[in-house]
Amino acid sequence: MATVQDLGRFGYQESGLNPSGAMDTISMRLINILLGNDENEAVIEFHYPTPTITFEEHAIFVIAGADFSPTLNRNPIDNWKIHTALPGDILCFGKKVKGERAYLSVKGGFKLPKVLESNSTNLRAGFGGMKIVKGTSLELNLKNGTLFEASRKLNLAPKMVNVNLRPYIKNDQEIRIVGGSDLESLDLDSRNKIFGQRFIVSGHSDRMGYRLEGDSLNRDKGAELVSSSVAFGTIQLLPNGQLIILMADHQTTGGYPKIGNVISTDIPILAQLSVGQHITFREITVEVAEQIVLKQEREIKKFKAAIELYS
Amino acid sequence: MNYRIYSLSEQAITLSFGEVIDDAINDKVLASVSWIKENPFDGLKEVVPAFSSFTVFYDILEINKKVKGQSAYSYVKDFLEEIPFDSLKINPSERNWVTIPVKYNGPDLNYVAEHCGLKTKDLIKRHKAGEYRVYMMGFLPGFAYLGGLDAQLSTPRKISPELSIPAGSVGIAGQQTGVYPIESPGGWQIIGKTEIVLFDPAKRPMTLLKVGDYIKFEEV
Repeated sequence: MATVQDLGRFGYQESGLNPSGAMDTISMRLINILLGNDENEAVIEFHYPTPTITFEEHAIFVIAGADFSPTLNRNPIDNWKIHTALPGDILCFGKKVKGERAYLSVKGGFKLPKVLESNSTNLRAGFGGMKIVKGTSLELNLKNGTLFEASRKLNLAPKMVNVNLRPYIKNDQEIRIVGGSDLESLDLDSRNKIFGQRFIVSGHSDRMGYRLEGDSLNRDKGAELVSSSVAFGTIQLLPNGQLIILMADHQTTGGYPKIGNVISTDIPILAQLSVGQHITFREITVEVAEQIVLKQEREIKKFKAAIELYS
Repeated sequence: MNYRIYSLSEQAITLSFGEVIDDAINDKVLASVSWIKENPFDGLKEVVPAFSSFTVFYDILEINKKVKGQSAYSYVKDFLEEIPFDSLKINPSERNWVTIPVKYNGPDLNYVAEHCGLKTKDLIKRHKAGEYRVYMMGFLPGFAYLGGLDAQLSTPRKISPELSIPAGSVGIAGQQTGVYPIESPGGWQIIGKTEIVLFDPAKRPMTLLKVGDYIKFEEV
């Protein structure tokens, strides 16, 4: 499945409208920055297997996130680097090497009408963005002359996203969380288990949520809950004792106990994990989580400043 | 005023008045949300009401730019604790009534009547006699969680959900009744259908219903 996504459609959760948006927002933002685009510029999010793309116009583009062995006219090309396509060039993906979601951004972005201020595809309600199917054609904002004019300075700027900024995926991935409202209501054994065991990403994992497999967890106190807001990264305890982590297409509200929330810097890593991979959880305080987010944002800002020097 | 404040994530805080479904509490939630919208803090992204709680989503970077020597969490928590909960204006005369025309011909109408031990026409009579309050929006865009279902009409969800329930379907699930705003998989027992549009992203407002509205069903 491939869809157009940006950073999400916010401001309408009170109407039950889920924000959608890219799963791995860091990869998406970084390649937009590299191209001198707005960080929120719409990109295509690809799941494997991926469609083949023919460029009908000149384009300057970057692919990042998952490594699906991209080729341009059968020549392998690198992720995280700026490439140029000529009219008639064919972008293909081959073997799935690592990660679950690849992103394609083009210099200047795609020409699409925003719906409720966003280009994210709301799959549930079927509006906004674009679901890419065979034959879908997307127009580019910048063509020929305007593209060359806009990209003259790109020649001088860095042409690659710094390695240390990219989401780094390990086999036994530690995911940092802030404790949720119902963490305390777990029985002692379950509280030990949540931070002391490896969970497996199950086959029922998609843009709505990641279901995990592990030892069953139980609550020993706490009454029936009344539904309340949930967020991207909320970890809920299902009635069968297993956990689900809500992802980009999550509902706005939920009634299951909330065990914690994955911190925003670790969500892009989670979004790249595949079925069968292991994760462990580590609880950190909200204050520490804020410091981690601020540090990452400072590094992204530095990268952005280096690009903007030339634009 | 009794409440509990907790982090939903490192960029969202929920304030809960308790695990209860109650008109007065839901009014308090709405009054708090209105107050926050009128008196927003720097870095506020969105405030979302639920049954007995509301959640503020905020931008750590924005707050960090303005506030030094304090975490965004404690800055937002301080803000929430300063809300004058006891003097918030709640005006019950401003009730917004919405009538939803329903054709009671759903595929599960007879099953629900049988389950409730009622004749079909009595089931319909009781369902349309109800006055329902929107306590929360969620599940789907434009979907309203309604309270006020006649206890005798309570019917459990289907054991295996239907793959596709059409937009406008009026259903019952446990102690709740509701209308599907868009086509969706679901496990509700469908008793009828409305032609009224509950969600249209091109319209303003884009949803027919909002939290705090009162609903009546009218047979057509």
